[in-house]
Amino acid sequence: MPSPRYWREIPNRFRLEAARCTGCGTVAFPARTICPKCRGRELESVRLSRHGKVVTSTVVRVAPDEFMMEAPYAMAVIETPEGARLMTQVVDCDPDTVGPGMEVDLVFRLIRKEDHGGILCYGHKAVPVGG
Amino acid sequence: MAGIVGYGAYIPRNRIKTEEIARQWGKDPATMSRGLLLTEKSVPGLDEDTITISVAAGQAAIDRAGIDPARIGAVYIGSESHPYAVKPSGTVVVEALGIAPDVHVADFEFACKAGTEAMFVALGLVDGDRVEYALAVGADTSQGAPNDALEYSASAGGAAFVFGKTDPLVDVLETYSYTTDTPDFWRREGEFYPRHGGRFTGEPAYFKHVIAATSGILEKSGMAPKDFRHVVFHMPNGKFPQSAGKQLGFTKEQLEVGWIVPTMGNTYSGSSPTGLAAILDIAEPDDLILITSFGSGAGSDSFVLRATSLLPERVKRAPTVKEMLDGPRRYLTYGEYAKYREKIILNT
Repeated sequence: MPSPRYWREIPNRFRLEAARCTGCGTVAFPARTICPKCRGRELESVRLSRHGKVVTSTVVRVAPDEFMMEAPYAMAVIETPEGARLMTQVVDCDPDTVGPGMEVDLVFRLIRKEDHGGILCYGHKAVPVGG
Repeated sequence: MAGIVGYGAYIPRNRIKTEEIARQWGKDPATMSRGLLLTEKSVPGLDEDTITISVAAGQAAIDRAGIDPARIGAVYIGSESHPYAVKPSGTVVVEALGIAPDVHVADFEFACKAGTEAMFVALGLVDGDRVEYALAVGADTSQGAPNDALEYSASAGGAAFVFGKTDPLVDVLETYSYTTDTPDFWRREGEFYPRHGGRFTGEPAYFKHVIAATSGILEKSGMAPKDFRHVVFHMPNGKFPQSAGKQLGFTKEQLEVGWIVPTMGNTYSGSSPTGLAAILDIAEPDDLILITSFGSGAGSDSFVLRATSLLPERVKRAPTVKEMLDGPRRYLTYGEYAKYREKIILNT
């Protein structure tokens, strides 16, 4: 990912900043300027909770080159208490134990390195609560 | 004087046992474990570094402080494993914690005492009313060359402290620093692993500075070893802090809570600060606490602290050091450890 795009996404990648529609209450992540549900244009900034539940998941065994060292790893769609959904890696666990309903904390981690001398890209990943 | 209004620590879940490293290099596991008083150490994941550890510890400190992070006017990150040679770790940390942009940021380096160095400066800025709150972090993903004595201890983790004047959890009563030019341990620009002077790291380096700084702060504060409930020294291995404590007249009971090195390892800049966090997790109001760091090169910082009545109720707002040390963890083989520490050359 080019550095400028990564930089633009810092609010949602670093701080889990989302947008809540003041009309229907829908929380969109990443933040949007138009509500994806009611098309309302009045949205307020809200930070997601740093925890959630796995909605669905899979295990990546043949990874892209830059994630080769991490394979096998779990990818999951996480739903936060605000109703927002985001897709993240689930780490610090056996990937085969990740499944729907698993409670996770969202933690700040290194996502990838932009080749050998490039920038380091950070964001959030999920870690199972208590194990 | 200003005090600590919030604190937090972070220790990665990966571990490697001393015996696993000893077996790799044909050493007797029991001898190595007994000689260094180490049983295992923490290991950073592939996605963990000084920045992610600082964010985790800093978030815990802010949670315990219960303050708006935007009111923090200074952030200092002490480490000898900053991920960038040029670009401060603190820039990422202040964005992630919601502190930016009205904040003064700097990265500190002073071998293993960069964390207390950051604490010293943060305290001074709050004391001098330059900022309302200041965040100081000591964190490292410590480097130790394969088959070097350091490989048994060099680990990952850190602690963070928010300094302020309102509602302190811990009062800072006195500070003292002691610094000389002592080339006991160093890493030149561009080198991957640090080098050290073997036994020279003991008497003229660690012990001279730890004992001088601790004696200095005791004299300056008019206190004696028996006045303290808890004491923590920098922990390069299990033996050094025990020996320093004995020479200074402290008991094993006073050292016990902060002496977390046998299962955490030496987190370099995070070592004594994380030991202090472990003490704050269980300290009672009015307990007197002494911390003395040590950074090769060489120097020591000492602080005399006193827990307030607010401390016990704030502990539960974030994970304790014991919960992280005894909680979920994954034991690595040496091969996995070499992969996680990126010691394997890949054809990419």
